[in-house]
Amino acid sequence: MSRRKTERLLGLVVCLLSSERYLTALQIRAAVPGYPESFEAFKRMFERDKEELRELGIPLETGSNSPLDEEAGYRIPRQAYVLPEIRLEPDEAAVLSLAAGVWRRAELAGAAAGALLKLRAAGVDAEETPQPGIEPRLQAGEAAFGPLWQAVRDRRPVTFAYRAAGRSEPQQRRLEPWGVVNRHGRWYVAGHDRDRDAARVFRLSRIEGPVGFSGPAGSVAVPEDVDVRETVREWDTQPPPQRSAVLRVREGAGHGIRRYATSVRPGADGWDLVEAPFSDVGWFAEQLASFGRSVVVTEPTDLREAVITQLKGALA
Amino acid sequence: MTTGTSSGRLQRLLALVPYVVSRKVVGLAETAAAFGITERELVDDLNLLWCVELRSPDPYCPIDLSYEGGEIEVSQAGLDRPLRLAVDEASALLVALRMLAEVGQAGAGLAEGSALSRTIAKLEAAAGEAAGPSAQVAVQVDKIAQQTVLDQLRDALARGRRVHLTYYVPGRDEATERDVDPMRLLIVEGRTYLEGWCRRAEAVRLFRLDRVLGLSVLTAAAEVPANAEPKDLDQGLFRPSPEDLHVVIELSPHGRWVAEYYPCEEVTELGDGRLRVELRTPDSRWVRRLALRLGESGRIIAPASLDEQVRADAAAALAQYAPQVADQASG
Repeated sequence: MSRRKTERLLGLVVCLLSSERYLTALQIRAAVPGYPESFEAFKRMFERDKEELRELGIPLETGSNSPLDEEAGYRIPRQAYVLPEIRLEPDEAAVLSLAAGVWRRAELAGAAAGALLKLRAAGVDAEETPQPGIEPRLQAGEAAFGPLWQAVRDRRPVTFAYRAAGRSEPQQRRLEPWGVVNRHGRWYVAGHDRDRDAARVFRLSRIEGPVGFSGPAGSVAVPEDVDVRETVREWDTQPPPQRSAVLRVREGAGHGIRRYATSVRPGADGWDLVEAPFSDVGWFAEQLASFGRSVVVTEPTDLREAVITQLKGALA
Repeated sequence: MTTGTSSGRLQRLLALVPYVVSRKVVGLAETAAAFGITERELVDDLNLLWCVELRSPDPYCPIDLSYEGGEIEVSQAGLDRPLRLAVDEASALLVALRMLAEVGQAGAGLAEGSALSRTIAKLEAAAGEAAGPSAQVAVQVDKIAQQTVLDQLRDALARGRRVHLTYYVPGRDEATERDVDPMRLLIVEGRTYLEGWCRRAEAVRLFRLDRVLGLSVLTAAAEVPANAEPKDLDQGLFRPSPEDLHVVIELSPHGRWVAEYYPCEEVTELGDGRLRVELRTPDSRWVRRLALRLGESGRIIAPASLDEQVRADAAAALAQYAPQVADQASG
């Protein structure tokens, strides 16, 4: 932005903010230096300026002072512009600084810095010294986070290519997004899937290519009883273990299994007898195979067979 | 900071006058630091603000200020308060604050819980409507099964004590014993880690708290060497070292999750949903376990010796099931 333009926009903001009455375009041109003589050129420039102010979040209102006014005017209501008073105690300001740092390298880093700037301008003394001993952070996120956050914020439906687990080809999905949730360090979007006509959860790392907006702002309604955290939690949670396996686990090995075991009985032959709960045979067989010769399944038979198949797969 | 963008300067200018007004008098150096700019840039900003002129119809200057003697003072301010928070701005802070509050609930006692809830309430009030959408973004913090581990670590950090850890290393399926001099706690993407000087490895190491099998605070004082460098979190938590083993794995669609779970240097689509990933690891045992877990969904392409080891691992495991199974596999 050129210095002249910055000066002009600044003048425009101060001018509209200080006037209680709506000012017409011509009154604005007379009051704010920097607009061109030609009326057409002025109109074009003024349109762009209005757009820029709105993008900065400046509440620019259109209206007229009396029903008799033929031409609409503009003003920035002070009430809508001004950040309300906020006073923070030192411990609160410290917490705020810590929170602003969480996004440092992630999608909302600029927004967090912008917020801190405004709060400092409101008199808050938020230092950027983190609390000693602890450092919370979100890492640079998936590419899809930015557009999905915008869609959630503006209530717009989206479309994207999604490769579900184990699928060879991505599929185009249409979603009315309700919210974005980070769980176990991974980002998910939950919403209403228009094709399945049901609630669905998608992992952001499995979205391929760009996320497109497929409808105007405000066209998504989030059902009132929806808690997006709960939606994602349910989707991500394995059913409680229904079955139990009996395993022979080499002494001093198989810690990953022992941690979840319901019982461990030391054997005399260098092997412990371990009972462990599980629900999904395929998933559990993969886990057990990863322990190689440290774990042998005694029962049930289907789990035993699944581990043998898994190990043969590694040999194939 | 947004100051680098085209509209960034305008945002900064809008904040600058209220910043000074709310402090009555403030030094140039302090202000420049707060805005992340040089004093020269700040003086240029102040001059620009001072030059703003309106006509109504006679010219007047809505902003009058001085910065003589290195102290800024505003005597007339057409812009005495900052602009309200945008949705993105309110959300960035509120989502992070609520995440911290959850850590607090999980017991980390990261900051005094009441300071967090007070700050959240004040920020929500100040943001008004802009605070609404932030409820639709959430970062969940993993609960740590052994709450006492966290309390003990905070205690050790506060008192500068060494700790003894029994730590599970899943890549090697080993429970390891080691003494660690704690440096700090990290909460990254919802997971909590201890960063410390590991006296066994003689290096800075990260320990995921949910993998701590046992912990005791020792009477010895922690001695973190002066040259122990904390991780630069901006560079990511796990950075491969050039000395690490370079591994190439081909994955079927069923094995694609590997690319999501582990930081890969290279990911190449091979068609039909198959994937080739290249990663670096200091520990080949981890890769062998991964390959066994993948079974036919993954194949180690390089190094070839590692693929042979995996086959040997699989054959040895199979041999324990029944002689005839091993015969079938080798035959």
